Amino acid sequence: MKDNKKKKLLILLLISFVALGAFANGQGETDTIKIGVAGAHSGDLASYGIPSIKAAELVVDMYNAKGGVLGKQIELVIEDDVCKPEVATNTAAKLVGENVIAVIGHICSGATKAALGIYKNEQIITMSPSATNPPLTKSGDYPNFFRTIAPDDAQADVEVAFAVDKLGLKKIAVLHDKGDYGKGFAEFCNALLETKSGVEVVLFEGIQVGAVDYSAIINKIANSGAEALIFGGYHPEASKLISQMRKKNLDIPFLSDDGVKDDTFIKVAAEYAEGVYATGPVDTTSNPMAIKATEDLMAKYGEEPGAFFLNAYAATVAVINAIEKAGSTEYAAIDAALKSEYVETPLGKISFDKNGDAIGVGFAVYQVQNGAYIQLK
Amino acid sequence: MNFEYFFALLLGGLTRGSIYALIALGYTMVYGIIKLINFAHGEIYMIGAFTALIIGGALSFTGMNPVLIFVIASIAAIIYSAAYGVTLEKLAYRPLRNAPRLSALISAIGMSIFFQNYVLLAQTSDFLPFPTLLPRLKILALIEHLISTTQLLILISTAVVMILLTLLIQFTKMGKSMRATSQDKQMAQLVGINVDNVISMTFLIGSATAALGGVLISSHTGQINFYIGFIAGIKAFVAAVLGGIGSVPGAVLGSFILGLTESFGTGYISSDYEDAFAFIILILILIFKPSGLLGRKENEKV
Repeated sequence: MKDNKKKKLLILLLISFVALGAFANGQGETDTIKIGVAGAHSGDLASYGIPSIKAAELVVDMYNAKGGVLGKQIELVIEDDVCKPEVATNTAAKLVGENVIAVIGHICSGATKAALGIYKNEQIITMSPSATNPPLTKSGDYPNFFRTIAPDDAQADVEVAFAVDKLGLKKIAVLHDKGDYGKGFAEFCNALLETKSGVEVVLFEGIQVGAVDYSAIINKIANSGAEALIFGGYHPEASKLISQMRKKNLDIPFLSDDGVKDDTFIKVAAEYAEGVYATGPVDTTSNPMAIKATEDLMAKYGEEPGAFFLNAYAATVAVINAIEKAGSTEYAAIDAALKSEYVETPLGKISFDKNGDAIGVGFAVYQVQNGAYIQLK
Repeated sequence: MNFEYFFALLLGGLTRGSIYALIALGYTMVYGIIKLINFAHGEIYMIGAFTALIIGGALSFTGMNPVLIFVIASIAAIIYSAAYGVTLEKLAYRPLRNAPRLSALISAIGMSIFFQNYVLLAQTSDFLPFPTLLPRLKILALIEHLISTTQLLILISTAVVMILLTLLIQFTKMGKSMRATSQDKQMAQLVGINVDNVISMTFLIGSATAALGGVLISSHTGQINFYIGFIAGIKAFVAAVLGGIGSVPGAVLGSFILGLTESFGTGYISSDYEDAFAFIILILILIFKPSGLLGRKENEKV
């Protein structure tokens, strides 16, 4: 008797699940196009994720006011992943359950990677405004992945191209600070330099962060016959290195990364900073669309744009534009549109290459001139 | 073999060794007299550098001769740090003089963390530029790739400090009392030596040399922040142990060995292992001569 009741209850529960599922499905296919927004919206990295929600909302409001896309209104489904890979898989599963056709996010490279497998199986376009880890696109494992930020190795590309092609350097010393970021950058540079004919990496070493002085390594650079130094790391070591180099009359070009493209570097290294090259994201603050996006944000939320706001704005515009151009919400059609159509964004006119990296987004070389970083053409 | 390169590394190693030596003196003297490892010593060095930065920065608005500013800033740093050293001893170590040694050691670590955070809050966590006060000497123009003005100054100042200190310890009444106190504190007290004064004096001298080291290195590298005392302090401590902690010539010898090892290690092997070289030497010495190079083996008193 009791067993029977339990069985009945179980069957009832199962039926209700199926029914609810069907209901949810049915609703998803009716009148809106759903786009997910995933990333850290709480926790200590929330400042990286929240601007992307606001960017997506601004873009979607703009499109909806004009009648939406493909005759349907766009609906955002916002999910938090706290930048944690283990949470990101749940976030992704939830968004899949909501039948989103594309996702703006995730924010952190680790969380993005964890979520990507799920989206890939469900054929959902995923576009991150901020995940810079190179293999996400380059490995070819995630054909559904796109990003509106340049990957870490793109910076090394720009640096090496500038050093070899523009400055015509043949013998280069590469130093790094042994940290994840600095060493990664230096290794990318080293690998790229080795592919260039006639260019020699005369020195590749890590320096001791916080050492009392760097005279030994500077003597070593001088002795190696290097024509330039590429340094991967942050500005405190860079300013120590450059001032000691100049004091020792080692007047070779100093090239570095966006950890050094910081005004503190100029303040600390003072006159020795003059002439230093550093790569950094291309400055797009004067782009009319970027100015408008920032004004809209101020008007609606009364806030300054936070981290990756423009990248997220560009990602949302790119996704919706691709849906519009494809005339469909099918994965293959959107994918093809993203890779063939150019779109006007706050980052400039962009499209995507076969790996999913944005074409037209990237790094530029800056040089310290008269105490300020100037973007070189 | 490239002789010029060897010479540049040698001078670089001596410079680094000089800085370690100026700090290591404080460790070794304090240990020699009260058997305490003063872990807040690196922070005294850092405070010295900050004092010089503040005084130097303020004076540079007056349009005074930069070299004169440097001298005034150095003297101010030495006086201020010496006052810190003496106060540190009075507040944190004197009440614990008869407590177990471990208590004083923990007090020292506490003071180190306190000083770091105090400077962090009072100043900033950013790196600050140290004003360039010393002109580049013209006579060095040809060999500037071997040795810079600041390096030369470091070498000369260290040599002068070493000579003065040796004279003080060997030939003055205070030096004699210091040696006596380090041999047997109780006995020294019985023959009429004011042990408290001797200990204060030790902290004063040690802090003063550390502050001088701080000023010199800051003008050499051109930047400081609140954390510079930590690594420099640890290295100087290693140097003091290497030479035999408690022995003044030992600390100097250990410092130069450490500085030269790091410099030649970087120059001929790789800077990837710069810190490793220092600690490998330390381990080897401690295995084969546990009391350090010039350390005396102490007989336990019965």
